[in-house]
Amino acid sequence: MQMWLVYILVLGGVFFLLIAAIGVVRMPDLYNRMHATSKAGTLGVGLILVAVAVFYQELSVAARALSALAFIVLTAPVAAHALGRAAYLSGVKPCEDTYIDELAGHYQANHKLESVEKTPPAHKPESNP
Amino acid sequence: MSFLEVMLLALTLTLPFALYRLVKGPTLSDRVVGLDLITSVSVALAALYALVSGQTAFLDVAIALALFAFLATLGLARYIEYRGHKGD
Repeated sequence: MQMWLVYILVLGGVFFLLIAAIGVVRMPDLYNRMHATSKAGTLGVGLILVAVAVFYQELSVAARALSALAFIVLTAPVAAHALGRAAYLSGVKPCEDTYIDELAGHYQANHKLESVEKTPPAHKPESNP
Repeated sequence: MSFLEVMLLALTLTLPFALYRLVKGPTLSDRVVGLDLITSVSVALAALYALVSGQTAFLDVAIALALFAFLATLGLARYIEYRGHKGD
């Protein structure tokens, strides 16, 4: 009974990871590809980690599996958001079928990271000898 | 060959798709997306191998890989944003 639950969870996890892999090849532009990997990929990894916790039924294993799951669920949206923002600001265009770009005109074209601007350049020669 | 070993093989099938995006990807951001998928599949492979082999130490591998994947994606995103408009 418990083994069947493990099998179903692993099957679901592998299915969602396969969907993410197909999506990353077939989707038309970067933002659609990130949609496939960040959601389907996270769900696939999460289901497999839950399957590990169900299979062993020990406190130490379940704690490790569920903490890995919590970490992935917390960090995957942050990473996807940072990457999508960086891609948009570096000029990656949405695909041709996109008919509304709500961010258009809200960002300066020559955007620079503020923290990078503040740090002095490393190789700048000294002005006064 | 048990069911879990077949699932391990099926999971390996996702790697060529991600590798295709890593090699072909028109922009640097596409390559980072492919790399991100490769690392999350590796996390899943490590967790699934903890089931197949019966050694729970592979869970620690999964946790460490997930940590590194997050840091790598954040670092690359920051690099892309810092680099600005450039064709590749």
